[in-house]
Amino acid sequence: MGMTISQKILADHAGLEFVEPGQLINCKLDVVLGNDVTTPVAIPEFNKLGKKQVFDKERVVLVPDHFTPNKDIKSAEQNKTLREFARRYEIKNYFEVGRMGIEHCLLPEQGLVLPGYLIIGADSHTCTYGALGAFSTGVGSTDMAAGMATGEGWFKVPESIRFVFNGVLPQWVSGKDLILHLIGDIGVEGARYMSMEFSGEVIKQLSMDSRFTMANMAIEAGGKNGIFEPDQKTLDYVSDRAQKPFKIFTSDPDARYYETREYNVSNMEPVVAFPHSPENVRPVTQAADITVDQVVIGSCTNGRLEDLAVAASILKGKKVHSQLRVIILPGTQNIYLEALRNGYIETFVSAGAVVSTPTCGPCLGGHMGILAKGEKVIATTNRNFVGRMGHPESEVYLSNPAVAAASAITGRITPPEAVA
Amino acid sequence: MSIKGRVHKFGSDVDTDAIIPARYLNTIDPKELAAHCMEDADPQFPAKVKAGDIIVADKNFGCGSSREHAPIAIKGAGVSCVIAKSFARIFYRNAINIGLPILESDEAVDSIAAGDELEVDLASGRIYNLRSGEEFKAEPFPAFMQEIINNGGLINYLIDKG
Repeated sequence: MGMTISQKILADHAGLEFVEPGQLINCKLDVVLGNDVTTPVAIPEFNKLGKKQVFDKERVVLVPDHFTPNKDIKSAEQNKTLREFARRYEIKNYFEVGRMGIEHCLLPEQGLVLPGYLIIGADSHTCTYGALGAFSTGVGSTDMAAGMATGEGWFKVPESIRFVFNGVLPQWVSGKDLILHLIGDIGVEGARYMSMEFSGEVIKQLSMDSRFTMANMAIEAGGKNGIFEPDQKTLDYVSDRAQKPFKIFTSDPDARYYETREYNVSNMEPVVAFPHSPENVRPVTQAADITVDQVVIGSCTNGRLEDLAVAASILKGKKVHSQLRVIILPGTQNIYLEALRNGYIETFVSAGAVVSTPTCGPCLGGHMGILAKGEKVIATTNRNFVGRMGHPESEVYLSNPAVAAASAITGRITPPEAVA
Repeated sequence: MSIKGRVHKFGSDVDTDAIIPARYLNTIDPKELAAHCMEDADPQFPAKVKAGDIIVADKNFGCGSSREHAPIAIKGAGVSCVIAKSFARIFYRNAINIGLPILESDEAVDSIAAGDELEVDLASGRIYNLRSGEEFKAEPFPAFMQEIINNGGLINYLIDKG
């Protein structure tokens, strides 16, 4: 029997010819990632193991991105712990403020995560790198500590669900809408513990930025990983960036899937996930007239150049609604620079939006745009749980960047074609 | 190991933002985290939870963020065990890795009510409801995971293995 791409990558890293769903295996890791919230929990656990060094100074990646630039004294202390650890263990890929980015925008951009890799990260959105044809999954701090020490980790080989997207993508419908639609269909635990494999003619047409967005939100359906088979677009993306060799894996024609679900996107419209779950998905036209207090465009889900380009195309020559705060966060310093060169930043500032340095800040209710009691936000982020972006009685609506930008002009949730 | 405690009951999809909101993630101190445990799901929880108490929840407990602060906060609050119909994947790993006992049982969750007193034998997965006299058996862990659990977590397991 054949194997899926996920099975093949796991088998390859376990030194096995074949693995099957349910099998417990020990694997070699290509990259171990941590951030400023999760690494400080991992460091004491790493120290208990009594190792003089990490398994590979080039394969441990540390990114202070959640509460940076330091939001308060306690965060400053945590970031100091992280910085000192990076220096002590000579971590090559530690990214200081000013050179950093939101981790899941940064690692692919820097060529640190590549097709065929097996990656764990102490951040749930580590699944983002599946867009490159890597097996990449979020873990906690203790797994990260063990990974840093040994370069290995244990895995239960997951079942795979195949999601096939057919048809023609309508204008303003993006990868964000496809993944939200899917989560609305199967629910927040619909793919619990499973591998989510995205395929079909629409996926072939999809940009890398949109693929990152889709893989990023696999965790919101409970998935262990989200994955795309590498194609020419993948190779074009990684060829100038790759810092190390990589391998291309694809699923066998006779691979066994737990389930295959097909979607025709031709009549789809942009969608919005209502509070307080990413599965509360409705077409944007059913969300119209909900007034908002804030708009956030950015995050590891939608903080890439394509996202900023779409937002800029809608906001160009327009003004942000007078009752609204609009916060835009480019995902990395390079994305920021590109956006500057392309005139997007000027568009945003002229429109009356705030442009922030890269940070996860508002997405998890950390800083840089916290909501007061009763306030509503439309955000291109990934979670709308109770209290996610501030007060427990605030509300988060999730959308693509075009809907968020259109809403920035009108002050209420708005389909892009209404203003564009 | 046998546990005895009173039940706090929660519904489906309790996410890690509800277990420990991100506004408190600027510390790794279990006591500080415990002071805000489950705050956005039940603001009274930190005040009313007592050492040895048991959390019983429906499906997909601990979904969302990978923050290990979530099981750390629960353990720090003195909760002896979490019983759910299912756990989100990262929370499941984290709980086992830090030695927070977790058990899965549909029947137990359906029948147990808030305030019930339970006796739980972790080794056998036996759950006994002192109020109703009902007994349930949780899903057993694979042998490899049981070994991590027996060692009190992943780090001790790795040290033990050398």
